[in-house]
Amino acid sequence: MSLVSEGADFRGPLTASGFAEPSLATVGDYIALMKPRVMSLVVFTALVGLAVAPGSLHPLTAFTALLCIAVGAGAAGALNMWYDADIDAVMARTSRRPVPMGRVRSGEALAFGLTLAGFAIVTLGLLVNWLAAALLAFTIFFYVVIYTIWLKRSTPQNIVIGGAAGAFPPMIGWAAVTGSLSFEPILLFLIIFFWTPPHFWALALYRADDYARAGVPMLPVVSGDATTRRQILFYTIVLVPLGVAPWMLGYTGALYGATAVATGIIMLGLGWQVLRERRPAERASRNLFAFSILYLFLLFAVLLVERGWGGLIVRLAT
Amino acid sequence: MGRADSPFGNVNIGAAMNDQSDDDGIVLTEAQKRARRSRSLAIAFALAALVILFYVMTLVKGPGVLIRPI
Repeated sequence: MSLVSEGADFRGPLTASGFAEPSLATVGDYIALMKPRVMSLVVFTALVGLAVAPGSLHPLTAFTALLCIAVGAGAAGALNMWYDADIDAVMARTSRRPVPMGRVRSGEALAFGLTLAGFAIVTLGLLVNWLAAALLAFTIFFYVVIYTIWLKRSTPQNIVIGGAAGAFPPMIGWAAVTGSLSFEPILLFLIIFFWTPPHFWALALYRADDYARAGVPMLPVVSGDATTRRQILFYTIVLVPLGVAPWMLGYTGALYGATAVATGIIMLGLGWQVLRERRPAERASRNLFAFSILYLFLLFAVLLVERGWGGLIVRLAT
Repeated sequence: MGRADSPFGNVNIGAAMNDQSDDDGIVLTEAQKRARRSRSLAIAFALAALVILFYVMTLVKGPGVLIRPI
């Protein structure tokens, strides 16, 4: 559905004789391909999954698991930039990425992503366990093939379904420790899954023109402003009880419960403000986008402190 | 083997290759050399880190390092 993909060529410049011009890509360009900011969020949520899981893991094995998850996330980011170079080039937020800027060729980004993915999955399987490796492989597949290649350009539900890819890391962390899955990591998955639509649609509300220019069918572009605002509030109403659920089910203590309730009320308030706001005003959307990051960070940070921090310290000491 | 017997017909392969390397060879600029060197160092560092990681993890896990639950 992209309006700009045809004819876009990111294979890089050629010399007069038809050979590929030698690359000027630096190590920094390849690090940028790995989307380090996204990677840091993935590592953080995976760390929480790893820390709250029952059982013990040698600190070096835990480090290896997190390293493989980080590299796997970087691989997914590089493969996303390989495929999306055409739409990245026309969006203000992404136009300075290495492939649209011509610093890294499309084929180089593809090879880099596939190599990293292979190493991350095999290393996680060999050194930690194969369930965690299989989940990492599925996450990369889901993000690149299901989200980037299929859904992103074809449906306004792209980030709803595609959000699953960002929700898997706590499950991978949990699986790295236990070699199995249970309801608790699935609950963490659900929190991130239902957090994704309000977070990205709040951004899409004030970046709608950018997405429209790139031909990406984000909800505000396809269904309009009012529908998007209703959907944001709907997903926030589903999200907040899910955020409180770990406390209600007895997995966490009062600190987590108080944090989840207080930040949940703020999320609902911001969601309500977004519903009442109308373009060109975008203050409420920006506020919700910014606070949603803090909301998820606080929930997982308190979970880490309450459930995992002690466990990690004990594990390091033994 | 005469030129007519060559699988490449009348093309003088040796001369063609020499022409190509003389006329079309790519000479790297200083910036391209610096970029290539930094990439090579990063690859070397990553591979060395991987070797060290597998070595240390083998010490940590002992003889059962390759016995992994599925």
